[in-house]
Amino acid sequence: MSDGARDTDATVTRDELHEVEDEFAREVAASEKREDARLLHQTDEADQEMGDRSMTEVVLTGGPWPDDDDTMIVNFGPQHPSTHGVLRVMVELDGERVLRVKPVIGYLHTGMEKTAEQLTYVQGGTNVTRMDYASPLSNELVYALAVERLLDLEVPERATWIRMLMAELNRMASHLLFQATNGLDLGALSMMLYGWREREMVLRFIEKVTGLRMNTNYIRPGGVAADLHDGWEDDALELCDLVETNLPDYEALLVENPIWLERMVGVGVLSTEEALSVNASGPILRSTGFGWDLRKAEPYLAYDEVDFDVVYAQNGDCFDRFRIRLYEIYESIKIVRQCVEKMPGGDYRADDLKVTPPPRARINESMEALIHHFKLFTEGFRVPAGETYVAIESPRGEIGCYIVSDGSGKPARLHIRGPSLNNLQAMEPMLKDTIIADAVAVISSVDPILGEVDR
Amino acid sequence: MSVENPRPGVPGDDVAAALLERFDSAVFHDSHGQAVVYLDRDDWRDAATFLRDEQEFTQCVDVTAVDHLVDDTRLVVDGVEPERFEIVANFLSHERVRRIRTITQVPADAPTVASLTEVFPGVNFAEREVQDLFGVVFEGHPDPSRLLMPDDWVGHPLRKDDPPSHVPVTFKEDPGPR
Repeated sequence: MSDGARDTDATVTRDELHEVEDEFAREVAASEKREDARLLHQTDEADQEMGDRSMTEVVLTGGPWPDDDDTMIVNFGPQHPSTHGVLRVMVELDGERVLRVKPVIGYLHTGMEKTAEQLTYVQGGTNVTRMDYASPLSNELVYALAVERLLDLEVPERATWIRMLMAELNRMASHLLFQATNGLDLGALSMMLYGWREREMVLRFIEKVTGLRMNTNYIRPGGVAADLHDGWEDDALELCDLVETNLPDYEALLVENPIWLERMVGVGVLSTEEALSVNASGPILRSTGFGWDLRKAEPYLAYDEVDFDVVYAQNGDCFDRFRIRLYEIYESIKIVRQCVEKMPGGDYRADDLKVTPPPRARINESMEALIHHFKLFTEGFRVPAGETYVAIESPRGEIGCYIVSDGSGKPARLHIRGPSLNNLQAMEPMLKDTIIADAVAVISSVDPILGEVDR
Repeated sequence: MSVENPRPGVPGDDVAAALLERFDSAVFHDSHGQAVVYLDRDDWRDAATFLRDEQEFTQCVDVTAVDHLVDDTRLVVDGVEPERFEIVANFLSHERVRRIRTITQVPADAPTVASLTEVFPGVNFAEREVQDLFGVVFEGHPDPSRLLMPDDWVGHPLRKDDPPSHVPVTFKEDPGPR
């Protein structure tokens, strides 16, 4: 620092000294004033309080939230525990009243339709089965039916019945999962354990037949992967009896529970017109008094040869959607029992060497069979150019498969019309003008599987 | 190379016949027993309105697209000028228990088509998905944002010329990303 600067510092210091003195004087005066004020306050307390009250006016009103631009947008998820995975919902609120709902999806998008274009028709089943992971066999079934339609391939009767048996068992497992998670979402925690218990029994049977609990790749173009095991009839009937005897517990736990009813009855009401206009299908459409089930309307497999009822309800609320899924389990049990009774004999896969691998015993003794097996599982089979759309009734509604073939061994385009994706659009009319506390009940009653929403 | 059409131009289906009578450019195709009507792009929304108002079709269950950029063999129906993109709509009549599929051709240089959301509001998500993954713009769609991909994503993944992954993977001791 230079000398000049030091000089300047010195002068400033002298000036500051005066300033400090002045300030000290001012502070003393101020403190005397404060002391006066304190004394005044102590001596004249009542006057002071009266004065304060007249100055600040507290307004308490219980009226409605002021309108215009005072709405609030609340973000649910994508990690909210009640959203069954990664569903994100944006809710616009006016106080507690829901004005608008917008599901934001794509957090589980893994490009499965793009993947399908890289896989042969033989491998395709392993891909589609992972879309709706709560009912993998419906995905495999719709895919296999679409490929077979492009090939103009007839599958043997036994394969058709095995497929129907497995599809219905899967429907039971999926609806039991819904019972469990629906209870869980609404705070009926013990329900989760009951639903899981019965679902596990069904999955144990599925595992015994297919080798896996989920993502089974059991239903393949041309038939099924393996025949049913010895003694499957007894296993299936025992399973049906067990589930049937345990289902009344569900009603005792939930339907006779006034708290649970309070949260479900009359909540998230949907009319038939609204349901149709938002492309809803399955239990959501049926809960509005519209008895539409593809198993009856456009029978596929052998659904026209078994006796079952389409369950539908009239009110279109969360409780009806719950009830429909509960009673559909009874209908599935009915179909499974008829499958046991009427299961035809014969082969479990098509007698077409183009799509069917040779039996294991032949591979051991024949070079040609080994080559055939190798070619089928490395290159797959070719499908003539064409396009088709096949729709079946999955536990969530209409699942459709649109395949375009360009004559090669891999699909040029594979598109799955997901019922959950379309059913999510029903959240807007269901939640409109209800209160935010019902949002979880409504999301739960839609029963979306995000793997199939995002694909 | 075109595949021979089993029954060219003969609708065995009364809904398809009605569509053919109404729209001059419409072409019928029997696809494995399913009625398919190829439409001109200008008739896309009118045909949907016709199906809803005069043929009791209650839902357009699905809208999707196909990119035919690299097909080995393509199904070409007589009377239809093939373009790169095809937009496919599946209609369902609950009253008549009937389905019909309409397909229109969309060229690569002007990938736009009229939105069906005014006629069937339920196709909202399906059209957003197609716009997201194929880059085909639906004119008149109320919410034309991306559905599955992130908002800042560049490209349309289901186009055949879009590489399967944009994200380069770098391994240890690699000279560069591959």
